[in-house]
Amino acid sequence: MTLAAAITCEVGSLQLAVEFAVQPGELLAILGPNGAGKTTVLRALAGLQPIDEGRITIDGTVVDDPATDTFVEPARRATGMMFQQYALFPHLSVLENVAFGLRAHRVPKGEARRRAHEWIERVGLTDHAQHRPGELSGGQAQRAALARALATDPRLLLLDEPLSALDAGTRDAVRRDLRHHLASFDGMRVMVTHDPIDAFALADRVAIIEAGRIVQTGTFEEVTAHPRSRYVADLVGANLVHGVVAAGALTTATGAKVVLADAPPGPSFAVIRPHSIVVVRESPFASSARNVWPGTITELDRLGDRVRLRVDGVLPLTAEITVAAFEALALQRGDSVHTSVKATDIEVYPA
Amino acid sequence: MLALAIVAISFFALPLIGLIWRAPWSKAWTYLSDHAALTALRLSLHTSLWATALSVLFGVPLAWLLARTQFPGRSAVRALCTLSMVLPPVVGGVALFFALGRRGLVGQWLYRWFDYQLPFTTAAVVVAQTFVAMPFLVITVEAALRQLDTAPEDAARTLGASRWYGFRRVTLPAIRPALVAGAVLSWARALGEFGATITFAGSYPGTTQTMPLAVYLARETNPEQAIVLSLLMIAISFTVLVTLRDRWFGNRHDTAVLS
Repeated sequence: MTLAAAITCEVGSLQLAVEFAVQPGELLAILGPNGAGKTTVLRALAGLQPIDEGRITIDGTVVDDPATDTFVEPARRATGMMFQQYALFPHLSVLENVAFGLRAHRVPKGEARRRAHEWIERVGLTDHAQHRPGELSGGQAQRAALARALATDPRLLLLDEPLSALDAGTRDAVRRDLRHHLASFDGMRVMVTHDPIDAFALADRVAIIEAGRIVQTGTFEEVTAHPRSRYVADLVGANLVHGVVAAGALTTATGAKVVLADAPPGPSFAVIRPHSIVVVRESPFASSARNVWPGTITELDRLGDRVRLRVDGVLPLTAEITVAAFEALALQRGDSVHTSVKATDIEVYPA
Repeated sequence: MLALAIVAISFFALPLIGLIWRAPWSKAWTYLSDHAALTALRLSLHTSLWATALSVLFGVPLAWLLARTQFPGRSAVRALCTLSMVLPPVVGGVALFFALGRRGLVGQWLYRWFDYQLPFTTAAVVVAQTFVAMPFLVITVEAALRQLDTAPEDAARTLGASRWYGFRRVTLPAIRPALVAGAVLSWARALGEFGATITFAGSYPGTTQTMPLAVYLARETNPEQAIVLSLLMIAISFTVLVTLRDRWFGNRHDTAVLS
């Protein structure tokens, strides 16, 4: 019982041709830039965009197959979709929004309201059941949209940029919340996002989409460790470091210490961009950077005018330097180097 | 700019003041309670409300078709369906006559099969009014549908709503202000209809003689009554416009959320 999708379709100037599968309980994140075709993939799965070629199978039921003239209307697919700006019905209360799908499925009014109330309670919006969407905060609107999408018991949940409508200040808290609510859903989930942090925090597996093609799939760690194109390297090539923040520094499970400029204590992950890492041959040296780690170069990849280095040590990192710097330092695999990064160049997120 | 705007305001206000100035106030009630005047007023309200209802019934689906679907010749269809806005109403009346009259393209079959003649009946008044009034509703609603975010409609479909259920519960409430505005415009146009009505339906008191026709005829025989009837029509239209403006168009909160 899985989702199997082979989608070929043309929308405007976009030529989409992707193939992927999702297992029950799995969350696949489709990660890519704007205009790559992410939303079109979701719309095809939901039935809002008929495909030109290919086949979409949800739980063994073929829902779209132009070759056999099979097309199941969106209303008859076991899919729930959370839209980018949530698309709540502005003239209906939160309760009526959540009950909408049940009413559309001809569930009697009282029964629909009772079940909608359960969902509203589950996402913690009981106090807002009678409010209009316009009166909700971004995070509350997101939870209302999630409850609405899940109220009809879909087998497949689609999430279109679930966090992009939120401002940066609330995004971290809402992301944690969303992870908690998604964990209780045992169906298949497909999320599209342009933010690697969302993919890292929420997804079991990542598919990178670029100009209508999936260029790479795997776990987030796999994709990060071996980017297959310049684009992927930029998009997900950031170093993610787990640990616990205390007294202005994050300590990893292996004992590496990362000094941070400003971070609240607690379990967190730090994002270190490869291009903000300085690679030096000698140590100690006088530097304003608070973080200096010894390591050994284990991999070298030339990507255009840049060189990506894998430096293993107490804190394994991927660094990116210019070809000129690489040649000036005459770096080779196996060389001992130090990596260094300014505390202010590190982004921190609560885990 | 301001001076020109004041000229424009005066341009609209002066005819009204002229009417009020010449109105025979002492005899106003006599003219208004006159049987013929009351009959014309009742007929006008009756036919214009029917025309509005028909405009909504057929105009909303037409607006939806023009706004939401792609088909060859759509621009031509839109031009055809809004032609009567710019057409001289008399021409519209003549055209209706040759289509629906006893010897008309369709009318001859109505006559032959059902022994039914449409022209010069109250139904003909409604048809003539609908013909000129519906485009106002169509263009208003079509514009609203085009501006509307389609995501809530898509959401409704993924939640199991049929197109009709989604349209009724999601789209229609969202375009309600435009629908009301369009209906009011159509109704006002129907109420004031003259040319197509007199050509297609004639001017029979009690059957097809609506207020504008009564005013026109009274102008020849009894100018004072024409003034009173004119003021009555102005009062009705003005009241409806002002009331609806406060109740629907002025509702900023609603429209902000919906747009």
